[in-house]
Amino acid sequence: MVLKSKGGSVQNIFSHLADLCAKSKTMIVGVFAALIALFPFSAMAQVEPMAGQAVDRQTGFQLSVTPIMDSIVAFHDGILMWIITIIVIFVTILLAYIIVRYNKRANPIASKTTHNVLIEVIWTVVPIIILIVIAVPSFGVLADQQTIPDGERKYLGSNVFSFGEVDMPAPELTIKATGVQWSWDYDYVDYEGADFSSFMLSDEERLAQKPNEPRLLAVDYSLVVPVDTTVRVQVTAADVIHAFAVPSFGIKIDAVPGRLNETWFNVRKTGIYYGQCSELCGKDHAFMPISVRVVTKDEFAAWLAKFQSDGIEAAAEMLPPIS
Amino acid sequence: MAEAVAGQQGAHDHPTGWRRYVYSTNHKDIGTMYLYFAIFAGIFGGVLSGLMRWELAEPGIQVFHGLASMVYGFEGDAAIDGGKEMFNVFTTAHGLIMVFFMVMPALIGGFGNWFVPIMIGAPDMAFPRMNNISFWLLPAAFTLLLMSLFFEGAPGSFGAGIGWTAYAPLSTTGSPGPAVDFAILSLHLAGASSILGAINFITTIFNMRAPGMTMHKMPLFPWSVLVTAFLLLLSLPVLAGAITMLLTDRNFGTAFFSPEGGGDPILYQHLFWFFGHPEVYVLILPAFGIVSHIVSTFSKKPIFGYLGMVYAMVAIGFVGFVVWAHHMYTTGLSLDVQRYFVAATMVIAVPTGVKIFSWIATMWGGSITFRTPMLWALGFIFLFTVGGVTGVVLANAGADRALHDTYYVVAHFHYTMSLGATFGVFAGWYYWYPKMFGHMYNEFLANIHFWLTFIGVNMVFFPQHFLGLAGMPRRYVDYPDAFAFWNYISSLGYLVTLVGVTVFVWVIVEARLKKRATTDNPWGEGATTLEWTLTSPPPFHQFETLPRIK
Repeated sequence: MVLKSKGGSVQNIFSHLADLCAKSKTMIVGVFAALIALFPFSAMAQVEPMAGQAVDRQTGFQLSVTPIMDSIVAFHDGILMWIITIIVIFVTILLAYIIVRYNKRANPIASKTTHNVLIEVIWTVVPIIILIVIAVPSFGVLADQQTIPDGERKYLGSNVFSFGEVDMPAPELTIKATGVQWSWDYDYVDYEGADFSSFMLSDEERLAQKPNEPRLLAVDYSLVVPVDTTVRVQVTAADVIHAFAVPSFGIKIDAVPGRLNETWFNVRKTGIYYGQCSELCGKDHAFMPISVRVVTKDEFAAWLAKFQSDGIEAAAEMLPPIS
Repeated sequence: MAEAVAGQQGAHDHPTGWRRYVYSTNHKDIGTMYLYFAIFAGIFGGVLSGLMRWELAEPGIQVFHGLASMVYGFEGDAAIDGGKEMFNVFTTAHGLIMVFFMVMPALIGGFGNWFVPIMIGAPDMAFPRMNNISFWLLPAAFTLLLMSLFFEGAPGSFGAGIGWTAYAPLSTTGSPGPAVDFAILSLHLAGASSILGAINFITTIFNMRAPGMTMHKMPLFPWSVLVTAFLLLLSLPVLAGAITMLLTDRNFGTAFFSPEGGGDPILYQHLFWFFGHPEVYVLILPAFGIVSHIVSTFSKKPIFGYLGMVYAMVAIGFVGFVVWAHHMYTTGLSLDVQRYFVAATMVIAVPTGVKIFSWIATMWGGSITFRTPMLWALGFIFLFTVGGVTGVVLANAGADRALHDTYYVVAHFHYTMSLGATFGVFAGWYYWYPKMFGHMYNEFLANIHFWLTFIGVNMVFFPQHFLGLAGMPRRYVDYPDAFAFWNYISSLGYLVTLVGVTVFVWVIVEARLKKRATTDNPWGEGATTLEWTLTSPPPFHQFETLPRIK
């Protein structure tokens, strides 16, 4: 029988609704906050974002720790946001002016104008110019993302109108990430026996083992990589399509069965950086996070040696817990 | 004599009772059925989204495990798992219902059927019986989709939780149960319905315009439906092919999309989006047409730059076919392919800008009355601008890397669809309501409906931009606690919208009860198209003598 009613669950749901309603005070605050939120710039200054994970009430990107994310931030926050905000404000002002100036009371007799070649040319040509202004840095940002460093090519970093200012070493480490329903398998392909699976910790496990890491993002074994090193990531999947993404690195690449996709990152700061599966992959799509632990080169060498000799559990214990 | 009259009546049969609708070949009756079907499906799809927003109001799983046990009888941990998959089923059903069973039936089947023949001075559609089957395929398709909710999909759960995009292999090996087959057949029927409708519109518009109405004198709404019909005619067969391949991959051992048999999952995405991208213009173009008429009517001015408006729509339709892979920037396309799709996609901003500015220029110098339809049209212009500029952001593959498959995308396409196309639907509804039903609604109530909806949907979707920028992926039943605040605001916005929907239903009921008198042309001198020359409601068969257009 498919259609079966469970009294208990119904009660659960409705008591939850009552809970929500009981927060009426938060609700009123929320309504006002939302009204403020309609004006993006007034909401912008609310909270300091972090690298590696989101912060509640944040309104922009997570902080960048790679030259690729630097260029995305510079391109989006420095160019796109300004252009689109100005366009929306411009259209809003025009609409407001029309409402005030050309309502029936203010302007009882309508004009009969239906053509004006000059203005039509202007509103065709000006958008084209704006799009070209966007396209120039856009192609640079894109090319950086899609080109694995060879040690000579220079990358844009924060200066998206340059011809490249940031040096990037060629990859020293290659990791194969395989999306599986619902976990990630990581393989350090140049090292014998260095592969492991990474599962999300349930909330009970997290509280017991890694209480300082966030819910839904903490995993049993993080991917460990060295700082200031170009890492090549090859991404594929074992069953359905997943996507490997780490917002602070500025990377997102689909894990497609039968294909080997490639991306790269070079992190300048040690720490822990989280991402989440970004392609619908079934029931536990929301529960297969990506956790990347960036350590010093020495720590990485020691970790890798321990991993190869004594396994992932012993290696993970070497790393200091996240505070 | 009496016999001769009866014979004549036979040629213009006017059946009554249930036969009038089930056997209907009358474009106005069929249009009305489409509209009521769309309202019903819209409420159903809206309930699904309400349950999702309720679930997402707080971090953790609060609602769906209970729903799964109520609907499917799961218990304990199985209820949690069933609930997680049920959320995916809801996102899928919500998307499919709103696209195929709400917006398309309302704009194309509903207003298109009602007003394309009238606006071009034709007595009816070219193929009235095909029109009938076009409509009646839809309830069948909808039934199949509803049935899919109650069959096994992914192992151990019910329904097709594959997203409206139905990407393989999640839709093939990932969901072996029959639910996905039902969903695919539902799409086949809905697609066939739309293809038949498209053929009907194209034939009608090309062949049945009143004497003197050249293409360049045709009003913008029939133009928008004509472009839409071509998009449907050219794109839906590709979808049909793609989902047929899904069916054979699932049931008959083919391997179009499975790498273990030499196929490629990305092929499915190319086929799907070759349909899917024109489809989003299918949803918005008729709304463009409706908004043009409303803006012109209530400004008491002719459309500014009529030819520019026409060819902007044609250009949007044409370019819409060559930009599909901007939905696929993260699938591993090569740099050059991504470059091309960035450039092609940004081109669409130009004709879209022409439309926005032409509406503004139409109002400029006008003598505007802010009746209910005009409020919706103004709301449409503002909201579509917001949705449009975030589209320009997403067009850039470089920026899309950070935003792809996050809530930013959800916010973007709801600003164009849920706030754009749907505002177009409501604008058309309030514009043509007195014409279609012969009585007037309470404008005060209707204005309240507008304001509640405007505030509500902005509250729902604007914060989702923030969530997307901060990195929250879409189609998540649960999210890290750092996304709690804006999700909560978004869910509160749903409640405001819900009150708006209640007012909408009340507007209809109230109008039906009061039956306020209306005139043939309640909007005055600005309303110049042919429907306002007829009675309200129009006669069962109009234009038995064809109008002549100067």
